[in-house]
Amino acid sequence: MEFITKLLAATIAMGTSLTYATLGEIYTEKTGVLNLGMEGTMLMGALAGFATALATGSLYFALLIAMLVGGMMSLIHAFLCVTMRANQVVSGLSITMFGTGLANFLGQRLGPASNNHNLIGTNLPSRFENIAIPFLKDIPVLGAFFDVSILTYALYLIIPFSWWYMYKTKHGLAVRAVGESPKTAAAMGLSVPRLRYLYTVIGGMFAGLGGACLSLSFTPSWNDGMTGGKGWIVIALVIFATWNPGKAVIGTLIFGGITSLQFSLQAAGIKMVIPTQFLAFAPYLITFITLSVMTILNQNKKGAYAAPSALATPFAIDDK
Amino acid sequence: MRLVVEKRDGKSRRMAVIIPMASFIISLVLGAIVLAASRSNPLQAYSAMIDGAFGNARRFQYTIVESLPLLMCGLGVGIAFRLKFWNIGAEGQYVWGAIGITWVMQFWKFLPTPMLLPIGLLIGMVFGAVWAGIPGYLKAQWSVDETLTTLMLNYVAIGLAEYLYINAWKAPFGNMGTPEFPKEAWLPQVWGKVHSGIYIALVLVVLLWFLLYKTRWGFELNMIGKNPRAARYQGVSIKKNIVIAMLLSGAICGLAGSVNTAAIAHRLTKGVDGGYGFTGIIIAWMSGLNPFASILVAIVMAALTTGADALQIAMKLPESMGEVLQGLVLIPLLAGSIFVEHRLVVIRKEAV
Repeated sequence: MEFITKLLAATIAMGTSLTYATLGEIYTEKTGVLNLGMEGTMLMGALAGFATALATGSLYFALLIAMLVGGMMSLIHAFLCVTMRANQVVSGLSITMFGTGLANFLGQRLGPASNNHNLIGTNLPSRFENIAIPFLKDIPVLGAFFDVSILTYALYLIIPFSWWYMYKTKHGLAVRAVGESPKTAAAMGLSVPRLRYLYTVIGGMFAGLGGACLSLSFTPSWNDGMTGGKGWIVIALVIFATWNPGKAVIGTLIFGGITSLQFSLQAAGIKMVIPTQFLAFAPYLITFITLSVMTILNQNKKGAYAAPSALATPFAIDDK
Repeated sequence: MRLVVEKRDGKSRRMAVIIPMASFIISLVLGAIVLAASRSNPLQAYSAMIDGAFGNARRFQYTIVESLPLLMCGLGVGIAFRLKFWNIGAEGQYVWGAIGITWVMQFWKFLPTPMLLPIGLLIGMVFGAVWAGIPGYLKAQWSVDETLTTLMLNYVAIGLAEYLYINAWKAPFGNMGTPEFPKEAWLPQVWGKVHSGIYIALVLVVLLWFLLYKTRWGFELNMIGKNPRAARYQGVSIKKNIVIAMLLSGAICGLAGSVNTAAIAHRLTKGVDGGYGFTGIIIAWMSGLNPFASILVAIVMAALTTGADALQIAMKLPESMGEVLQGLVLIPLLAGSIFVEHRLVVIRKEAV
């Protein structure tokens, strides 16, 4: 029991960062823009958050800067893909390359002079600590949900809100229209470019926030490439959530759980039947199988199963 | 008066030359700003990079060695891209190539040693082809989204390789990695550090150029990519061609992996997922899918990496500057790519 509670707590802590970024990517992909730059954007967010917190001591200001930096990274992607109609795959890969490079570069430049301008090895004065809610935290196992940081508590509101926003409001309808059929959306009087810009930037802000969750709460430190491929897991999680923000959390719990399981089992000294590397790639294999099987079973739908039909397709009114 | 982007009748050859050059200059200026902002002299940094990439024979050799896997992965994914098939699984196919040759070297002891290298390279190709063929078949048969499937399969391949060199195939001594390949089965060096993989890569360039520009099959691939409906009316099988193109694409990326493993690490070990597959995608795109242009692009991208390594030694600057510059070259290039097929038109306000 104790083991399961600990595992769940670790899963939630790791899942928080993933969930923010996944929500961001869902918003972006829902409008038909595929952003493969999440890894670079998250890393820039992690760096910006950490550097700001170190310089100003304010964690909330650090979150704000992380979001702004994440938004800026995605603004580049939006400019390239929407205004310049560039290839979304290549643009996303460039954002990841540029963002990873710049974050690692700045990480060795923005630190205190006493540490040779290096951020690696410096410690934050404070971090987002877990806040336990009396009584609720004592519920067996599920109590783990009520002994988390403010970043996770915020998600308890953001996830249902995102679902409601996407499926129950006219803004959500506009988002889905632009992603499913930009031509119809344009005919309805919606500005396809404006919406794609808006939600790509919002997606980047979420990714920046997700990155900051790592450097300000989960592992409060800065390290080269500290996102360690989480930006790619996010792409898998979006598929797993069938592009539904309400379901984002299911995937993050399963995937975060699998990752935490590796560490928990190691820490508990339990000899594993399944090698850790298999656990590491299991999320990707599960996503691959899910996507393939669901697409095969839903042959009457155009495009990938549950994916926005116009995903990764540039849009221009004059295109025939 | 307003600005409108209008489609050109054809591709502008002038723009196809001006834009990459302008992008390169813009990226150098942007990079200079980053360098200056981090208290370094940009001119000094750039000359250190050029010196580090091309300064003497040994450095130039390193740059060439670094460019070979990039070139081969770029050629590989370029074939699939002709069909508008987004194979972003080059990284995984490359890793399978490395796994393939390691398998032969370690377990096919019944073969005479001189046979290990050619058979190993071949098995690497087969593994890469199969790994690419799976998403290819899924796409052709059921239109399963290839961008997402190929991406996911990368991480399965990387995880599997890690399992092999950490657990199953680990050498009895030493920390990580499989036993070293027999010396006679290494890919021989031909000029200092440059190994004979350079011949394989150059032969591939010529072969692919011939295949894509001079044969009926190349013509069919182009047609499917540009106008699938017309291709179907002509009786070209799109399904069959997607699978064939993906098999070939994966085989070449796999070959890149087995060549590099036989030439450099001589065993399966940490660092096999070096990102060559991902950069290869960018190489293919930057070269406009032209095999000969890929050579130049691969050398430039490799020089940014080797140059940045020198930057770290010469000026104590983080080597990640290489990635920053690679990204900075791409951003203006992506932005400018629209002007090859489109032009800006000024429309004066019409009378109502």
